[in-house]
Amino acid sequence: MEAGIVYITLAALFGIFMAWGIGANDVANAMATSVGSKALTIRQAIVVAAVFEFLGAVLAGGAVTSTIRRGIVDSDLLGDSPELLVYGMLAALLAAGTWLLVASRKGWPVSTTHSIVGAIVGFAAVGIGIDAVQWGKVGTIVMSWVISPAMSGFIAFLIYMTVQRLILSHDDPLGRAKRYVPVYMFFAAFTITLVTIMKGLKHVGLDIGLADSYLLAIVIAVVIALIGAFVIRRIKPDPKAEKHQHFYTVERVFGILMIVTACGMAFAHGSNDVANAIGPLAAVITVAQTGAISAKSAVPLWVLIIGGGGIVIGLATFGRHVIATVGEGITQLTPSRGFAAELAAATTIVIASGTGIPVSTTHTLVGAVLGVGLARGIEAIDLRVVGKIMVSWVVTIPAGAFLAILFFFIFKTVLP
Amino acid sequence: MSNLLANIFGASPVQPLEKHIGLAYSCAKQLIGFFTAVFNGEWEKASEIRDEIERLENEADDLKKEIRMRLPKSLFMPVPREDLLELLLVQDKIANRTRDVSGIVLGRKMQLPKSIRPQFLEFVERNVDAAKQARKSVRELDELFTAGFRGAEVDLVASLLEELDSIETDTDAKQAALRAALYEIESTLNPIDAMFIYQIIETTGEIADMAERVGRRLELLLSH
Repeated sequence: MEAGIVYITLAALFGIFMAWGIGANDVANAMATSVGSKALTIRQAIVVAAVFEFLGAVLAGGAVTSTIRRGIVDSDLLGDSPELLVYGMLAALLAAGTWLLVASRKGWPVSTTHSIVGAIVGFAAVGIGIDAVQWGKVGTIVMSWVISPAMSGFIAFLIYMTVQRLILSHDDPLGRAKRYVPVYMFFAAFTITLVTIMKGLKHVGLDIGLADSYLLAIVIAVVIALIGAFVIRRIKPDPKAEKHQHFYTVERVFGILMIVTACGMAFAHGSNDVANAIGPLAAVITVAQTGAISAKSAVPLWVLIIGGGGIVIGLATFGRHVIATVGEGITQLTPSRGFAAELAAATTIVIASGTGIPVSTTHTLVGAVLGVGLARGIEAIDLRVVGKIMVSWVVTIPAGAFLAILFFFIFKTVLP
Repeated sequence: MSNLLANIFGASPVQPLEKHIGLAYSCAKQLIGFFTAVFNGEWEKASEIRDEIERLENEADDLKKEIRMRLPKSLFMPVPREDLLELLLVQDKIANRTRDVSGIVLGRKMQLPKSIRPQFLEFVERNVDAAKQARKSVRELDELFTAGFRGAEVDLVASLLEELDSIETDTDAKQAALRAALYEIESTLNPIDAMFIYQIIETTGEIADMAERVGRRLELLLSH
């Protein structure tokens, strides 16, 4: 295909734009939990996000990438005109990226996943034909958008209940926290590593047996818990601050735990959301290089770097302001509550990533926060704002679709 | 730049409520200095303290309005909004009663019979103690929210409230004794003065009553 270079260049540019948008909106929202509870500084949050987003994308992001790349559009219908898929994927990237830019400026915590899926469905249904959309798969994805916040809310509810019962409601919360927090660390690390090993590593070419997977996950989790326990042991009570707030030192112990869950959160996000930028990019590259759609090839490394790099740039340029704003607003989410929300969200997302379903990090996290609230852990949640957030979620899908249709027809006319 | 996620948590009423009871107590505490000045005949100083009482009472009033405005019905909280508003209302009445008492005394340039002055001052101090204990109890609110209203923190607050109850019972006893002492000498007093002295005793006693009602409200929160 002669226009291949043009397509790839455009796709790379739009892919960076989209990744930038993800970093500015989605990642920023995910990391703000840790910054708001003062477990991490903004600078540390950016470093954690950069490292673990990347790891998540490379180690566990394969399944979602192939869903975005091939799972939504039925490419059999495109057999003789593969360039339609190129226009469409370019349009989807530009549409989702543009919508993210608008949403970030307006302060709406929209989902990058919703915008890209809406955009792909939009161009496929209108630009190619209703039948070009694999509605069954899309139905599963949409269902997961309802289930994932509910599930993470439920998990967060359970986790926070145990925190209250085991630690906060005791005479000696500090002693109990020092004893139990490493256990939470173990579970956080265990779940995330296990799902990654079992579901993700296949895409990197590693295939580990079931028994070995469990063993490896346990070993990694124990190591992390031991390091955590060591750090926690060195936390000494501060009587002056304690007088003002009895749970001051306890919260500091949870702060250490939150560093672990923040890494998990960034990893989970990388495993699910980087695909939103690199999935369409990978689809364009395949078509441009081979002239065919169905050719199955691994995602090139430079594509991953574009995804990871774009996110970090987005986070560092625009996202840090979002982190600061959101972080200041959610100070009620102290480490003991914030870790419950993060752990629940990260677990849900990693499981979704393992099954190749693109869910929304932001929604899952909001669901988790509501779960902590239901466990009577949060002083006040403004349901009006929750309502507005939900509206911005719903609007995202048609908005992404509309923009994608618009760009699709422009590209169809303009590009070779 | 406004951000929806940043606003998902409504303004927590906890810190403002703790601040409000602080103001109410500071206001009530002024009564000790006020009556000391009155008994020494230092009306100028009493008037200054009365100004301070009014200032604190106004500040508490403003804060009360602000808290109410920031507690819309759309808030989802672990405890009923109505209970928190009711708590705020009785907290505020501690400051109101203080203002009433000092207002009557200063307005009428009232003097109490010398024989009951020490007893009366003791009574005032005990009422102020009740307000202080109410403040100590309300200040546990943030820990209560963190612990989800269960466990050791609940026991701690329950014991603080028990202490509050016993202080209030003590003020009742002191009030009865004070009335009896006044009854003994009332025939030697100007009848209108005597009536107002009874009223002063009554209204001052209500400071401890309100403090106790603060405790009752907190107890209701605990039982949720």
